[in-house]
Order: sequence, then structure tokens, then C-alpha cells
Amino acid sequence: MSSRDVVLARVRRALADVPRGEGPYDPPVPRDYHRVHGSRTTEETVELLAEHLADYRAVVHRCAADDLPALIGRLLAERGARTVVVPPGLDPRWLSVAEAAQVPDRAADTARELDAVDSVVTGCALAVAETGTLVLDGGPDQGRRRITLVPDHHICVVCVPDQVVGSVPEALPRLSPERPLTWISGPSATSDIELDRVEGVHGPRTLEVVLASGPAAG
Amino acid sequence: MSRSFLGMPAFPRAAALSTRDTRLRANLTHATHTIRDKRAGAVAELDDWAQLRAAGAAIKDRTLRHLDHYLERLEESVTAAGGRVHWAADADEANRIVTRLVRETGEREVVKVKSMATQEIGLNEALAQAGIRAYETDLAELIVQLGDDLPSHILVPAIHRNRGEIRDIFRREMGRWGRPAPEGLSDSPAELAEAARLHLREKFLTAKVGISGANFMVAESGTLVVVESEGNGRMCLTLPETLISIVGIEKVVPTWQDLEVFLQLLPRSSTAERMNPYTTTWTGTTDGDGPRTFHLVLLDNGRTDTLADTVGRQALRCIRCSACLNVCPVYERAGGHAYGSPYPGPIGAILTPQLRGITGPLEQSLPYASSLCGACYEVCPVAIDIPEVLVHLRERVVEGGPVTRRGARVVLKPAKGHAAERAAMRAAAWAFDHPGALRGGMRLAARTRRLHPGRLPGPGRAWSDTRALPAVPAESFRDWWQRTRGGADRSRRGGVK
Ligand code: SF4
Repeated sequence: MSSRDVVLARVRRALADVPRGEGPYDPPVPRDYHRVHGSRTTEETVELLAEHLADYRAVVHRCAADDLPALIGRLLAERGARTVVVPPGLDPRWLSVAEAAQVPDRAADTARELDAVDSVVTGCALAVAETGTLVLDGGPDQGRRRITLVPDHHICVVCVPDQVVGSVPEALPRLSPERPLTWISGPSATSDIELDRVEGVHGPRTLEVVLASGPAAG
Repeated sequence: MSRSFLGMPAFPRAAALSTRDTRLRANLTHATHTIRDKRAGAVAELDDWAQLRAAGAAIKDRTLRHLDHYLERLEESVTAAGGRVHWAADADEANRIVTRLVRETGEREVVKVKSMATQEIGLNEALAQAGIRAYETDLAELIVQLGDDLPSHILVPAIHRNRGEIRDIFRREMGRWGRPAPEGLSDSPAELAEAARLHLREKFLTAKVGISGANFMVAESGTLVVVESEGNGRMCLTLPETLISIVGIEKVVPTWQDLEVFLQLLPRSSTAERMNPYTTTWTGTTDGDGPRTFHLVLLDNGRTDTLADTVGRQALRCIRCSACLNVCPVYERAGGHAYGSPYPGPIGAILTPQLRGITGPLEQSLPYASSLCGACYEVCPVAIDIPEVLVHLRERVVEGGPVTRRGARVVLKPAKGHAAERAAMRAAAWAFDHPGALRGGMRLAARTRRLHPGRLPGPGRAWSDTRALPAVPAESFRDWWQRTRGGADRSRRGGVK
């Protein structure tokens, strides 16, 4: 007998108390928890997102979509970034005034090459206000999971209000489990040494979030 | 070589030693109280916590009651997404599978994300015997590994170490494993974290094989989920060419939607955050993004035996948040190592004897490593009635009875009288020495009084067989006092923090 059969047979024997007629989908799970906590206007939801992002030490900026290129250019310059990774489908206008040399996200590049890059700019799939979370799904404006991991500085653009949802239950139906997802809530952090919070152990130490409002660029 | 939990002394002896360690106790008290207070705040933000908790418990229960169905479903969807599924009936088999898979890559080094399942099976030691080095990459696990030590807490495994000790370990040991600690390393947490960052980055950038556990596996989609803070998880999950995940069979949830419950329950219960800094989900392999080969090893190792016990089964709902550790008066004093397994605290006291069988002295003493105060049940996000299972296991220790061992029904003999009695007496002596715990115990007695049989469970049974137990009052005096005078009391406590 294969181990698969052994384990499954053990499971079945262990469950002898479960009535034969009971199907795997009954009884129904009580889902009387909230879809979203409290009622908010769209404005307030975006405001809450900004607040919660900042709570976990992301640096939050707000601008009109038209001002995005100038803002991104300024943030990269302030950081002294000489190189910036760019996902293949990022709106080229976003980086039109940035002085940093652009490094395309290519599968052939090694992690070590990526390690030499200063910053990364991406869009996102959506953002969750109640938890202050950005979700990336590897879409063309976000690139491979590793590009938002290895460089030390991540600028993530959220188009508001379109990409903002209130809560985790509102987020999941808008995401596809088939795509690899990265949920980011504040920069990398640890509290392993005497519970002192330290930012940036392995992921980017600085996370800047731009809430860009108005007609989605591109 | 890392030490292993096997061969640990029974709980009372280990606890007697660790309670004398004043530094350990001070660290633990600080940590558990800090996390516990923050957690209460994070939970209070959600006014539907009770409903989320009920949903979490219901989802897990339903999944467990049809585990065969969901495991087959999971296997199908992982395979369809390009992953390969392996089944391991016990620790040895899991270790053999993983060793073979690593060998097939031709590599001699692997990077690891913190995983309790791999600690449970002693994977690092097994790999070492096969000449493969496993690098722990979670900061706390790194501290534990470099210090040739054992983890003592689910969430903050190196909580028993102070910053000065950590600096000394880094200075002394890092060079032997790779990049040495920077010159003049101080004991500030920021500098220590930076040293770990530099040391481990070397490993991440060259690693070809990553090993992980998982917090959840979604049956319908074949998606695995890892929840973490530091980014070492993301490194291990996305940079290597081959990823091997070893996951207990109880970690499956039926649907994508179910994650909405657990992604709300877990971070708030665990680190008291609205959401942990990083969550990674993956479904099989994705072209050009992340590992090209993905193996999932489904681990039994005593889980089906636990499943066969209709009272003890609920322990398999555990999502490893560690909230129960932080409220446990026994854990706070005894520390994690006394529990003799990677699962410390109240959950360890019920999980370890069930996974391993209640045959050895440690496993027999663990159900007594509790004051039955009920605090663990109250904070548990999936409502595991730990006290109920403890009492049930005590009864098994003392009276024996039918149990399942490695899939077969056997009748357990009562533990040698004196051993059980000794364990019980030490637990009782401890409780009488610690009035706080005793008060808690009484509170539990009140809470469950409707369920009380006319006789005592466990070692008291023979005594109560011929006596009628006094009825337990509806409310303990302590609770009545709290309720009627509680306002003033609570605000004073709040002011201390
Ligand atoms: S038993 Fe409950 S409280 Fe304890 S770690 Fe598991 S889920 Fe958390």
C-alpha cells in the first residue's frame, strides 16, 4: 500500500463517527461576520487606508494622477536612487522624468543582479483599507515577486479609489488564486530581539505608497 | 548540529529547572504580557470577533470531518497547477522524502523558512546526516540555530535570549556558517538585525533549494499560504529553483473564500497586528516567477491518531497563533523548553501527547502542565477547548482506554500509578503555590459546571466514585468580585501599562 493509501485509510477510519449521509459541504458554516467593518464613504475608505499604511510605517503620499511622474521622480531623487527596476507593463509616463537608470524586470537576471539595484516602482492589484495592505498579483505593472523583495526601496502606486477595497472579505473575490500573490502591510519588520520592532530585515526597509487619484493613468 | 527535543525530561522536572531561571522568567513575563495586551487591543477593533471565531472553528471542524475528501481535492488541484504531491505517514518517511528530493537537485545546502512541522520531524538533523546543511532564515530561528539551542515560543522562538547574548552568539558563530558578524557589532536590535540581513542575504542569493511549511492550503485551488513578517519567507519561497513544502494534513481549508476568516483571525491573535507585513500565496508553479519545481509533502505523523479521538480532534483546528501561550500562567513560569516539543504552552500540552501517543513520561505529564484556568480557551481564535482536552487526556493517562496509535486501535494501559500520581500531585502543588492559577481553575470549574459529571475526572475519580461532589457555584467568588467591583479594578490595571 502506498503511503497515500495508508494516510487516507487512517483518515477514514478515524472518522467512523461521522454519519454517512453528512456531505463535505454541510452543515453550512455560519458566516454572520461582517463583510466590512462599519460604513464609510469612498473618501473615508481611502483615508483609512492612508492612516493604516502609515501606522505600520509605510511612507504615504497623495497626488493627482497627472502629478505622478513628478512625484515619483522626486522620491527617487531624494533617495539618491541611481537605478530602478521597472515591471514590463508599468505606464512609461510614470517614470518619464525620473533620472535613475531603468532596469527592466527580466526572468534571466539573477537575484544577485537585482540586489545591486536601488529602488523599484510598481502598481498593485488592490489595497485593503482596514488592514493597511497592498496586494500585488504579478500583473504587468507589478512584475515578478522578487523585484519588490530584493531592492531596499519600494514605491508602490495605488490608483484611488478604484483599487481600494474596505476589507479582507472584499479583497479575496477580486483576486485570482491562480496568480502568485504578495500581500504587503508596511515594510519588512521583526520583533524577535526583546520585542523591539526593527524595520527591514530582508524585504525593503523603506516602503513608499503613492495614492494617485483621478483617471487611472494609461 | 542542533539539539533535538527528543529525550527531554518529563514536564515537572524540566519546569522545576526552568522556573529557577530568573532571566528566562523575566523575559517571558515581559514578552507574554506585552503581546497579550496588544492582542486584546487588536481584537477589540473588530466587533464581529465572536462570529469570526465561530466561523473559523466551524470551517476547521467541517474540514476535519471530511478530511479525506479535502486532501484528495487538494492533491488534484496542486497537481493540476504543476506541483508534485508526496504523502508521509510519519516523521521518518517525511525526512526520507525531503532528503531524496534535495539530493535529486544535486545541492548540499537549503534555506528554510521557520516551520514547526519540520521541527516536529527533526528535518534539520536528518538532512545533516545526509550531508545537507539547512539554514534557518527567520531571525529568531537563526539565533536559535547559531546558539545550538531550541526554540521556546511559537512566535518569538528566541524569547529566552537577551540582546547581549544574541550579540555574543552572532560574533562567535556567524563566521562558521558564512559571512561573519560585522566588526564592532553592538547589542542594539537594529544592528543585530542588520548583521542577520547581511549574513543571510549571501545564502538567499545563492540558494537553489528552499524548504517551508505553510499556514493554509486551499483545497479547491491548490493554493498554499505563508504568513510572515521579515521577508525571509518571501526569499525562500520565490528565489530558489526548487521549493519543498512540508505541511501537516490538518492545514487544509476548503475554499479561497475561507481565507477571509483566517487572514483576519491569525495576525490579530498572533502578533496583534491588523495584518502581518507579508503574506505569500502560490498555486503550483508560475512560469518565470518563483521556483520551477514545487513539491508538497503532506504529513500525518500522529495527526490521524489525533483525528480518531473525538474529544482531542479539536486540537487539529490550531492555526499556531501562539495566543494561548501568552496567557498561560504555567507557560509564563515554566518557559517553552519544559514542554519538550516544538509545540509549547497549552496547545503543546494537548497536541504533543496526542501526536506522539501518551506512552512516555513526558507525554504523560503534559496534560498536567496546566492549572485549567481556561484563559487559553478564551483567547483561542478557533475556540479549541484546551481545558476539556486536558481533562480528557488526564483521564487517559490514569485510567487508560481505547486510543489510536499509528492508525490501529489499541487499548492504553493506565500509567504506572505512582507516575501519574506524582505528576498530578506536582501539578496540584504548583497550583496551590500559585493562587492566580488556582483562582483561574475555579473560574473554569464554574464555567463548565453544567458539564460536570458527578465525579472527578482523572486521578480523583476513584476517590469521587464513592462520594458525591459538592455542586460548583455558578460563579467563583473571584468572578463575582470582578463583576461587582470590576470596573475600578480593570481601570487600575489599564493604568499600569
Ligand atoms: S490553540 Fe488556539 S490559541 Fe493556541 S496556538 Fe492554536 S490557535 Fe492559537
